[in-house]
Amino acid sequence: MSRSPGTRRVPTLAFACALGVAAFTAAVSLPVSAQSPAPGAGKPMEQFVPIAIYRTGPYAPGGSGIYGAYADYLALVNARDGGVNGVKLVYEECETGYQPDRMIECYERQKGKGPTGAAAFTPSGTGGVYALIDRMTADKIPSVTIGYGRTDSSDGRVFPYFFPLISNYWSENTATIRYIAEREGGLEKLKGKRIANVVMDFAAGRETQAILDAQAKRYGFEVTTFPITPPGLDQRAVWLQVRQYRPDWVLFRGWGAATPTGIKEAARAGIARDRIIGWWWSGSEEDVTPAGDAAKGFITAQFHATGPNYPVFEDIKKYVYAKGAGNVEENRIGSVYYVRGVLHGVAVTEAMRTAMAKFGNRPLTGDEVRWGLEHLVMTADRIKELGLEGLMPEIKVTCADHEGDGAIRFQQWDGAKWVMISDWIKSDQSMVRPLIEASAAQFAKEKGITARDCASETN
Amino acid sequence: MFYRDAGELKTSYAQEQAIFPVALDRRAVIGVVCAGALMPLVAGPYWLGSILLPFLILSLAAIGLNILTGYAGQLSLGSGAFMAVGAYAAVNLVIRLPMLPFPVSFALAGLVAGAVGLAFGLLSLRIRGFYVAVATLAAQFFIEWICTHIPWLVLNTPSGVVSTPTLFLFGFAFSSVPSRYLVAFVAVVVLALLAKNLVRSSAGRALMAVRDHETAAELTGVDTARAKLTAFAVSGFYCGVAGALWSFLYLGTVEIEAFSLHRSFQILFMIIIGGLGSILGSFLGAAFIVLLPVAIANAAVLFGGALKPDVLANLELMIFGALIVSFLIIEPNGLARLAVKAKERLRRWPLAY
Repeated sequence: MSRSPGTRRVPTLAFACALGVAAFTAAVSLPVSAQSPAPGAGKPMEQFVPIAIYRTGPYAPGGSGIYGAYADYLALVNARDGGVNGVKLVYEECETGYQPDRMIECYERQKGKGPTGAAAFTPSGTGGVYALIDRMTADKIPSVTIGYGRTDSSDGRVFPYFFPLISNYWSENTATIRYIAEREGGLEKLKGKRIANVVMDFAAGRETQAILDAQAKRYGFEVTTFPITPPGLDQRAVWLQVRQYRPDWVLFRGWGAATPTGIKEAARAGIARDRIIGWWWSGSEEDVTPAGDAAKGFITAQFHATGPNYPVFEDIKKYVYAKGAGNVEENRIGSVYYVRGVLHGVAVTEAMRTAMAKFGNRPLTGDEVRWGLEHLVMTADRIKELGLEGLMPEIKVTCADHEGDGAIRFQQWDGAKWVMISDWIKSDQSMVRPLIEASAAQFAKEKGITARDCASETN
Repeated sequence: MFYRDAGELKTSYAQEQAIFPVALDRRAVIGVVCAGALMPLVAGPYWLGSILLPFLILSLAAIGLNILTGYAGQLSLGSGAFMAVGAYAAVNLVIRLPMLPFPVSFALAGLVAGAVGLAFGLLSLRIRGFYVAVATLAAQFFIEWICTHIPWLVLNTPSGVVSTPTLFLFGFAFSSVPSRYLVAFVAVVVLALLAKNLVRSSAGRALMAVRDHETAAELTGVDTARAKLTAFAVSGFYCGVAGALWSFLYLGTVEIEAFSLHRSFQILFMIIIGGLGSILGSFLGAAFIVLLPVAIANAAVLFGGALKPDVLANLELMIFGALIVSFLIIEPNGLARLAVKAKERLRRWPLAY
């Protein structure tokens, strides 16, 4: 112990400084080199597709399933078809942790990569969609969200770069009421029925209140809303109140752990599960398995079918997983989240194909892919060609309608798997569209946006 | 040798009372401010808009919490909520009273957040220590509930998320990345200097006296109630302005999920890692928390082919956690203390002591 305190302190301090300098250098140097766009000269036939994903955090099962499957589908298109019309898809994951601020950072980091920039961006969370509206509109990069996103962005005249494809929460709600009517034997039978609307007390949960009230008025049924405080781990009191209300049907908008908790409490309160209809974020295997037997009979809305027996999944296994290039666990292929990711991949690649028919077989800019999305038509024949028959509804996207007039199916949990119990049911756009247009118009007014005149866009 | 504070003779009271009495410190601060102001000339939009902008705004929130927790010793878990108050107040003021110039709206939003902070600060007059932390936790949940249950606060939008309008001042639209950066930069520089000035004033010394020993402070004549309430109000103001900036300049939306308990903890970690009771530490901690995950993610791209993406995503968290732990082992008092030590080292170099 002959060393003085002064000299003893040096190594610690030096180490700390070195650590700090290393961290700082990493922070300063790497993003710059990563950000500079890859020179297009060497490899011109490449299209960059950013993949924002959340593999960590509380919602990781959803994030890894959806966006891992998205990457799998892009890998399939590369391996099986050699890309889209010869343009190879280059994709890169960016972890968001489901935090809107990190979704913004991912978008900004990835938007300029590749010879022509990002083809489209999937913000991976509704918070990210809202935060990116100004940025993506300014950068002319389309946002593709399936099953989530800003509902009123279905009005493409005000939101040219936002595509909440297939269906949104309001459309889903009208389809659900139509399904109930079908079960009851006609829309006129809805008169006098009591519907309990059990919702998670957050924005996406409460969002359907207005459309539900409008339908209650038109069809003469009665609606009472029962909010559940997020994260919804204690719901006993709520379900007892629902029981006292004696509803004919219960609509349930649970999310995450709140869904199995709610189903179990409903069972305990003696509410028939085959009278409870969830939204699609209650409709994955991960949502019902923890509830065990209590979940048997539980119905949810769904905008796609599920199950592993579709040609597209066999191709993914053959071309991607057999080579060890898969992005999620192989046994999740065909599960609910996985199908949603594949649909994201289908929408983006088919939009590119549509756009290439106009702009030529070359890497596209974001604005060209936007054009492709606005002219995207998924006919039954095309869906079958892609090996997706029965998996997704037909859609036809237009300049004004960024949703594509999709349809909803209903599925029921039989204790081991989801069973489809209805055919495709169309939403009631005569009720949804005026609300969407009114909401979009308010946004346009606040932001000083002039809505596009779709009729004048001839091409 | 490199850091010299000897031989500077003060010849006036003004010199004696300067915020940065040492010439080298003063020059360093002026240098950093100039560099920050000139940053839009060199940095691209990714750096300005996605790295420096969030860093600056969260630094401001960290300063706010540092005044309350680091200087006055009142542990708070409600900084996210106070940011939310500022953000919601700002969006309502800007949209409903468009005649106000936005700096006035933001300052008023800060005052509203300060008033809410003051209200919850009243609880600290009766309870101490961890009980205050629980009271601020109550503020977090209470404010989140208010913001999601009064439709008027979100201008009656059905989704509960308000898109922020573009800010205008004298006809100039602050929509480009450099202009948004500069708004945040000016706000942060002004408020950071004010904070630096506050903590060396008698009010600031009262805060520290309360932190170090409340009974002793009371016995020496410090008005502890006033000191605590000052800390809550000022902290609320800073967090509120940070929340308004976060919504308007970075996110572009006002929604409650951006100001959840997660955010409160994030800001608390910033000041613990950066250094409690240090304005510089607030910046260092914010830099650590904001920059490091991005740096790790970018570094991870280099190994992109070698590692599975799911391994990479989790590795990022592990490296981040390991770095936090190692920094805290090396210097439990935070990065600001490391900076002080480095200064001492530079003063006596090359001598050992």
